[in-house]
Amino acid sequence: MRQPAQNTLLIAGILFSEVLFMFLNLALGSVQIPLSTVWDILTGKEGMPPNWENIIWKSRFPQVWTALVAGAGLSVSGLQMQTVFKNPLADPSVLGISSGASLGVALVVLMSGTIGGTALSQAGILGEVALTIAAITGALSVMALIVFASHKVKGNVTLLIIGVMIGYLANAIIGILKYFSVEEDVKAYVIWGLGSFSRVSGDQMWVFVGIMGVLLPLSLLLVKTLNLLLLGDGYARNLGLNIRQARILVIVSAGVLTAIVTAYCGPIAFLGLAVPHLCRMLFQTSDHRVLLPASIFVGASLALGCNLLARMPGLEGALPVNSVTALIGAPIVASILFRKRKSDLNE
Amino acid sequence: MNKTPTIILRHLAIGYRGKHRTKTVATGIDTAIYSGELTCLLGTNGVGKSTLLRTLSAFQPPLEGEILVQDKPLRKFKDKELATVISVVLTEKCDIRNMTVRELVGMGRSPYTGFWGKLGSEDHRLVEEAIDLVGIRPLAERMLHTLSDGERQKAMIAKALAQHTPVIFLDEPTAFLDFPSKVDIMQLLHQLTRETGKTIFLSTHDLELALQIADKIWLMDRNKGIVTGTPEDLALDGSLGSFFASKGIAFDMETGLFRITNNYRCQVRLTGHGYKYSLVRKALQRNGILANRNVESAITIETRTERPDTFLLQAPGTQSLTISSIETLLDKILTFFQSTGNHETHIP
Repeated sequence: MRQPAQNTLLIAGILFSEVLFMFLNLALGSVQIPLSTVWDILTGKEGMPPNWENIIWKSRFPQVWTALVAGAGLSVSGLQMQTVFKNPLADPSVLGISSGASLGVALVVLMSGTIGGTALSQAGILGEVALTIAAITGALSVMALIVFASHKVKGNVTLLIIGVMIGYLANAIIGILKYFSVEEDVKAYVIWGLGSFSRVSGDQMWVFVGIMGVLLPLSLLLVKTLNLLLLGDGYARNLGLNIRQARILVIVSAGVLTAIVTAYCGPIAFLGLAVPHLCRMLFQTSDHRVLLPASIFVGASLALGCNLLARMPGLEGALPVNSVTALIGAPIVASILFRKRKSDLNE
Repeated sequence: MNKTPTIILRHLAIGYRGKHRTKTVATGIDTAIYSGELTCLLGTNGVGKSTLLRTLSAFQPPLEGEILVQDKPLRKFKDKELATVISVVLTEKCDIRNMTVRELVGMGRSPYTGFWGKLGSEDHRLVEEAIDLVGIRPLAERMLHTLSDGERQKAMIAKALAQHTPVIFLDEPTAFLDFPSKVDIMQLLHQLTRETGKTIFLSTHDLELALQIADKIWLMDRNKGIVTGTPEDLALDGSLGSFFASKGIAFDMETGLFRITNNYRCQVRLTGHGYKYSLVRKALQRNGILANRNVESAITIETRTERPDTFLLQAPGTQSLTISSIETLLDKILTFFQSTGNHETHIP
């Protein structure tokens, strides 16, 4: 555990990086806008170049908020999954919930062209809403299945395996759907699968941010439960925790967060896995009263950073966010595990 | 007697109830656990010690009968309420990283803390008190994953103390520990029963320690069920003697402890007194040689008490030899028996 003063400094640093990344995200990109102008536009100053105003308000501002809450949501979900399954490799996708979202989207995108005769990718805002609904439906169906299974099976490992199997099943069905679909639809689906923070348009963004604004504080209610789960089922139970109920609550919380984020941004890999590890390393604690809020802020900050890299100046279009998060996340996880080894030897 | 039964078992049957068949582990358990006493549950592997502990801790329901904890049936306790009555130390090794000993002990306060699990001043006081009772103050800021097995076990005991329950159950708390740590833990637990008046019940495989330190022993056997009593009473009525009968272990009435039975190939007259006599006897017995004052043999050993560390070996037809270590003594005796071919000294 670190000293409280060190913790305060760390939190200040994380918040600073978050704000910095927010502004850089607004300023940098294929069109570079000076930071002072960004500030003027945000504060509503008159007489700013209309195309810059457009870029800020229509494109970058929604993107910043989307990345912010998506990063926070996935990180919290990952932390909860790692604790409830006592597995450092668990992440939001581990129970097949994001595969459920993909399946939902695949069904709508791939079938619409084949059966409906029009590609959904051309349907505009209506298509966007349809995709979101399809993803949420798919993810929540898988989650309902998992919760049902958790009533039946005792061990965490069994549940984990069931989740992984559901993921495989979903991917198999997606594969079959792809095989029978027209090319444009497959491409639309593949693009959805790359993940993006820029897909959510202005109005949709507020819905997304609103939902997450409710869900993230709700996830904080589980900190005592998560701390008890750390001790293992036997001890947690002896300390008065209803294990079965606790497990379902945590899975539902993590599952809903994953479902919503995946629905709006597509699958985003590695953030949910890397951020909890990063927070444990930074704060040297396993206390969820620290880790959970820390994951929210570090997750948001890292997502903004990844988004920035994906739109690096000089790159014409944007790189797929999913690739950037993996490129950054994988070395983080590896280096933390490597350091852990070393510090264990020194102790 | 001011000792009152904290836990009463009535016609208890334990085991696992499956959908199709029920696996009964033990039946007809009628006994009690008393406050201010250290009770040790002994039994061979697979006899159901853990099942009994799990049943007593309400981790699984009994098949039949009833468990009364402070005169209230165990099944009537709510989760939260039970957490303030029974605390446990389990065999499952929790692999928690980045948690200090003090934080772990603080977790013992969870049944009393509020929604966020924040410790109040009274909680902090009890945590520090538990740390002192177990004597792990120097470890308080250490991370759990850096502790040795014995230290971690102590931290878990401190957690149980912080939970402030009248009853503590421990499932094999001395397993995987080195001998000094075993003694340390057992003495600590015994001392706690005296200082705090708690009811402490544990399962163990460390017979010797249990027989020396426990106030009450529960012997669990597949055929005989559970026999309870003080270690001494169980020795007198022969329960301990028959407990390991025919397994190469004998109960030694003189010491009140178990020892390994030996098959003797030959015998030697051994004279002398005191601990040196006992040690030589033990070394010879281990090598299949029965040695005491009452046997007659061609070769004799005398342990000298007037001069330290010397033994006198008298073999037929030779001068008596003065030997300074038991190792050399064993060498000489074994060569002697090999050369004579054991004939004269063979036990009929």
